[in-house]
Amino acid sequence: MFPPIPNPPVTPTPPKFGEADLIRRSASSVPQPAQHLTEVAKLIDVSKCIGCKACQAACLEWNQLHEEIGINVGSYTNPPDLTENTFTLMRFTEWVNPETDNLEWLIRKDGCMHCADPGCLKACPSPGAIVQYSNGIVDFVHENCIGCGYCIKGCPFNIPRISKVDHTAYKCTLCSDRVAVGQGPACQKACPTQAIVFGTKEEMKGWADGRIKDLKSRGYANAGLYDPPGVGGTHVMYVLQHADKPSIYAGLPDNPRISPIVETWKGVTKYVGLAVMGFAAAAGFVHYLVAGPNKVTEEDEENAERLTEGTAPPPADPAQPQGHA
Amino acid sequence: MTNSWTDIRNTDLVVIMGGNAAEAHPCGFKWVTEAKANRGAKLVVVDPRFTRSAAVADYYAPIRQGTDIAFLNGVINYCIQNNKVQWDYVKAFTNAAYIVKEGFAYKDGLFTGYDETKRDYDRSTWDYVIGEDGFAVVDPTFENPRCVWNLLKEHVSIYTPEMVSRITGTPKDKFLKVCEMIAECSSPTKTMTSMYALGWTQHSKGSQNIRTMAMLQLILGNIGVRGGGMNALRGHSNIQGLTDIGLMSNLIPGYMNIPTEREKDFTTYMSTRGFKPLRPNQMSYWQNYRKFFVSFMKQMWGPAATKENDWAYAYLPKLDVPSYDVLRAFELMHQGKMNVYFCQGFNPLQAFPNKAKLAESLAKLKLLVIMDPLQTETARFWENHGVYNQADPSTIQTEVIQLPTTCFAEDEGSLVNSGRWLQWHWAAGSPPGTAKTDVWIMSQIHLRLKELYRKEGGAFPDPILNLNWSYKDPHEPSPAELAKEMNGSALTDVFDPNDPTKKVLEAGKQLAGFAALRDDGTTACGNWIYSGSFTEAGNMMARRDNSDPDDTGAYPKWTWAWPANRRILYNRASCDIDGKPWDPTRKLIEWDGSKWAGYDVPDIAPTAKPQDVGPFIMNPEGVSRLFARGMMREGPFPVHYEPFESPVANVIAPKIKGNPVARVFKDDLAQFAETASPEFPYPATSYRLTEHFHYWTKNNHVNAVLQPEFFVELSEELAKEKGIANGGWVRVWSKRGSVFAKAMVTKRIRPMTVDGKTVHVIGIPIHWGFIGAAKKGFGANVLTPYVGDANIETPEYKAFLVNIEPSTGPVA
Amino acid sequence: MCPSDDREALPEDIEPGDEVHPGKPVIVDRYTVGARINHWITATSLVLLALSGLALFTPYLFFLTGLFGGGQWTRAIHPWIGVVLFFSFSGLFFRFWRANLPAREDATWVAHSADLLAGREEKMPEVGKYNAGQKGVFWGMSILIIILIASGVVMWDQYFYPYTSIEQKRIAILVHSVAAVVIICVWIIHVYAAIWVKGTIGAMTRGQVTGGWAWRHHRKWLRELVHRPKRHTPAE
Repeated sequence: MFPPIPNPPVTPTPPKFGEADLIRRSASSVPQPAQHLTEVAKLIDVSKCIGCKACQAACLEWNQLHEEIGINVGSYTNPPDLTENTFTLMRFTEWVNPETDNLEWLIRKDGCMHCADPGCLKACPSPGAIVQYSNGIVDFVHENCIGCGYCIKGCPFNIPRISKVDHTAYKCTLCSDRVAVGQGPACQKACPTQAIVFGTKEEMKGWADGRIKDLKSRGYANAGLYDPPGVGGTHVMYVLQHADKPSIYAGLPDNPRISPIVETWKGVTKYVGLAVMGFAAAAGFVHYLVAGPNKVTEEDEENAERLTEGTAPPPADPAQPQGHA
Repeated sequence: MTNSWTDIRNTDLVVIMGGNAAEAHPCGFKWVTEAKANRGAKLVVVDPRFTRSAAVADYYAPIRQGTDIAFLNGVINYCIQNNKVQWDYVKAFTNAAYIVKEGFAYKDGLFTGYDETKRDYDRSTWDYVIGEDGFAVVDPTFENPRCVWNLLKEHVSIYTPEMVSRITGTPKDKFLKVCEMIAECSSPTKTMTSMYALGWTQHSKGSQNIRTMAMLQLILGNIGVRGGGMNALRGHSNIQGLTDIGLMSNLIPGYMNIPTEREKDFTTYMSTRGFKPLRPNQMSYWQNYRKFFVSFMKQMWGPAATKENDWAYAYLPKLDVPSYDVLRAFELMHQGKMNVYFCQGFNPLQAFPNKAKLAESLAKLKLLVIMDPLQTETARFWENHGVYNQADPSTIQTEVIQLPTTCFAEDEGSLVNSGRWLQWHWAAGSPPGTAKTDVWIMSQIHLRLKELYRKEGGAFPDPILNLNWSYKDPHEPSPAELAKEMNGSALTDVFDPNDPTKKVLEAGKQLAGFAALRDDGTTACGNWIYSGSFTEAGNMMARRDNSDPDDTGAYPKWTWAWPANRRILYNRASCDIDGKPWDPTRKLIEWDGSKWAGYDVPDIAPTAKPQDVGPFIMNPEGVSRLFARGMMREGPFPVHYEPFESPVANVIAPKIKGNPVARVFKDDLAQFAETASPEFPYPATSYRLTEHFHYWTKNNHVNAVLQPEFFVELSEELAKEKGIANGGWVRVWSKRGSVFAKAMVTKRIRPMTVDGKTVHVIGIPIHWGFIGAAKKGFGANVLTPYVGDANIETPEYKAFLVNIEPSTGPVA
Repeated sequence: MCPSDDREALPEDIEPGDEVHPGKPVIVDRYTVGARINHWITATSLVLLALSGLALFTPYLFFLTGLFGGGQWTRAIHPWIGVVLFFSFSGLFFRFWRANLPAREDATWVAHSADLLAGREEKMPEVGKYNAGQKGVFWGMSILIIILIASGVVMWDQYFYPYTSIEQKRIAILVHSVAAVVIICVWIIHVYAAIWVKGTIGAMTRGQVTGGWAWRHHRKWLRELVHRPKRHTPAE
């Protein structure tokens, strides 16, 4: 058993991290903290998960979220997708292992992965709407969120959702409020089988090693840890029975990284675009200075008058350059 | 449970069969994951569906519902044939060597003594040969062909792997793989735990399902040891408490019986309850029955229960039938013979089979009183909810009174978990509105009735007028007062019978345990098995010390377990005949040459010599029973019987439909589908989902979000055959009713081949009704048949026949 | 049919309302009131779109959201302004498309565009109501606005989220931002041309230009106007 996290003291304690521990802030910069906090991580052991959805219920209750009562669409995954109220969702996949012909019911708890290189934060246009703490937590700051949904496009895991009510983006906070007082996330607290454990990232990797060894001894030769390097690693990690094919777990990306399209948009397009627009404006300015205004002359007016009066209008020959008469 | 939840972590092999622990007991299931993580334990799941438990299992084998006995008899046969038997255990601690009476025999699915008209047996030959010394005759060499072992060997021999596969639909290779894994646990240093629940009980032969696994566990030497046992996962948080307290029509607390009509006086009643040991030196603990009974009567009627009036024996009701179980109660309502129904914390319109019959029965009542913290379907049976509950209130004359009660989080008391732990809890909130505790409501009813009887007399007012009611506030006895009564106290000073000068108990003090009980009226005790739970040292159930010396999983100072704070029953059997643990790394108790000591409270007297006294102290034999004598109505050995509604005839006894001794009411028989009926070709099974608790949590928004709408599960193959789309509507109907549901087309159910025939199973979860936050739906009990287990009348919800078709959904 | 010129039949690029008023100076009606209102609605929308879009395009310009009442308002109204722009520009399009069809002299004009910039306008061919540069602006705007509205709808999560995949939205967002950069550049050219070529702005304010302006920049158009037969007035 992973040692349970003791209950917090009854007396109020100052939060363990805050503004001063930010290492990234969307659409703005922050002074780098002198000291980095120890990185935390949540480890989701898919092989121990019984799909009881206690985590999902705990998430709704701790975060005081009100999800709609939906309908059955032929799946145990309810609601059928993440929503602005469902930060975490058990996704059920029936997969027949081609090697053994045995059915495996893969149950993965979906939610924010808290990437070290968060695509949402990179995509966010609003200063301070998405922040990353040095302990690895990526959090949304709702008063700064403008509801543009760029985070959705930035996220390699399709996690954030925009509320139809307050038009801001929502996702798992890794219970930053609980972690701030030394607790683990609500989902971890509720998990009856310790399929979810929480601690420092190093501890979690170590714990995962033991689990992977156990799985390998049970015939899962490709058991492994999902801590994808494409996003610099994550602060929510999975132990998978088949780590060689993450996508069988309800479409967990095999090799997640921030989309090159998003990189292009937030990178080269931004700078080249500004440059081109600036250049266009500057070119006009310079041209005006150099060439001076293009003014209508008296002669032009007279020519027009003569044309309207029908007196000797200058000839029109498109093939020949015109001369001022 | 013979063991505790926490003990499951000590096992090497978890067999989940007849249950779905991950789904229905997710919190307790953590101990399975602990066993897997820390001991490398394996998990085997045998179930008609690939369940959430199967999702985390090491091995899964499918089985057709209602064929568990065939499967397990097959495993027993495999173990015997392959010599995978823990011989020392079987020889020392079971009745394998006992000689069975001449005349006892088995043929074509029936034992000696069957009477078809009575649907019952004359069980007189189902017993041991008793020697001249008054003790059972045994043959430790097992040479006598009439010894239990040889009879058993012959009895299970027909359950070959081929036969098992033919009956159960389990592929032979999968069956053999499960056998192999189970058989490994015949080693004294390997244990297996059996986790089961309603998947075994809710059959017309539910008790025999459990018994078959218990026999297997005995053969493997897995009862009484750490990580072993027969572990019933109870279906409600306090249903263990319900049975302990004897909330059955035929029980009084502590598993004692309500007298029958034939037991006209106390002497007659006690004459069949002598429990004389059947072997020398055995404890045969039920010999103390009189002490438990008299102390109970003293608790109930205090000074009014005297030696002269047989301890008020006349006050007890006398049964004219074996029991007034719920099936019989509704049958009586249906016949108009039962007019008033107090329904306390129960929603029978959802919970009992054949909803149409239940609704008709409720409509014939004069008065229905509902005590419940929630709005229930039963309370609203008269309300029209379209297809979901077709009712015409204008034709129903039943007066319904709803008395809102508190729920578990709003009052104080103890809950008994599956592991027999009495865990005290405190109120976490105050009740809403006018809700009152059940104790308050019942006290008001009692006090008013008492007043009426006092004023107006009546046929027999004494039991009510004389009921012991000495609470500080007679209108609302406190939970602590009631708990203290269960524990029991000394009524007068009690002296040592061998030394009358030595006072052993002081008047008015709480008893330390049931060993102190007397049959002379000097002690009172509401429930002997709870004695020790609230002593002079205080409320033992409120203890919260989670220390666990040497990590045995016993947690002896956490709350209190009945009996006597014993965490593993029959723990003497964890040691060999000389008192040494079978597995020294999993020591529980040990004989140190002069006494028993260890981590748990020993079953047997601490100084009982290991070679003399057997571990199964409640049996007069002192050993466990592979041969059940006359204790089970179907017979001493388990036999495979088909469910009352079955897609195939019984392969081993084609003439027998269902369980030959199960009680069937006349009108219900006509409502069973024919065997292999073309009209109802698909065997269905009902079950629970982890997102819901019975019919309660559909009232809760979050649970309703997690599983919003009624559905049925079927295989991709059947869906294709019938043109049913995943997520689309279907209609499912049985001979008793019809429901509309969403279809969940899944790979988790696959067609099986049973006796050469393809069988498609349909799964029907039970949680929806016409009240609550979730989408309106149908209870599975619209479809289920009105028949129960032959011994305890638990309805057969797990195996019945239906038909299915695609649909456009209900028209509201 | 009324050929405006007896020498050669040229593409008709006179728009309804174009009129020459002889006098000193000659005044030419270039844009009707409707066209001008339509233009300014379009222009205002485009400017607001540029400002709100740029605010979300780069953090350096996020402060521009202040103009719209904050980020939430900026995010909410930007697409609606886009809708206004789309329909408003559609109006312009149907007014102007015929006169913006390519003409024979456009190629020559483009070939001599360096002369134009260098102030040697005398080397340019006579052009109709719109020169090739103006036509470029017109067609550029038309195509870019279609691209922007189409990609914008894909990005408009509030109403259209379920209809496209995230990958499609990503492509849309990239296309939208590139198109926006281009359209802003086109807009800069358009505005600069109006400022540089004196007498132009009046066309979109008062609706009129002087005859000299028309002679200098759109001589063919002027000739066409002058030479077309007098229209019958009800009084005649």
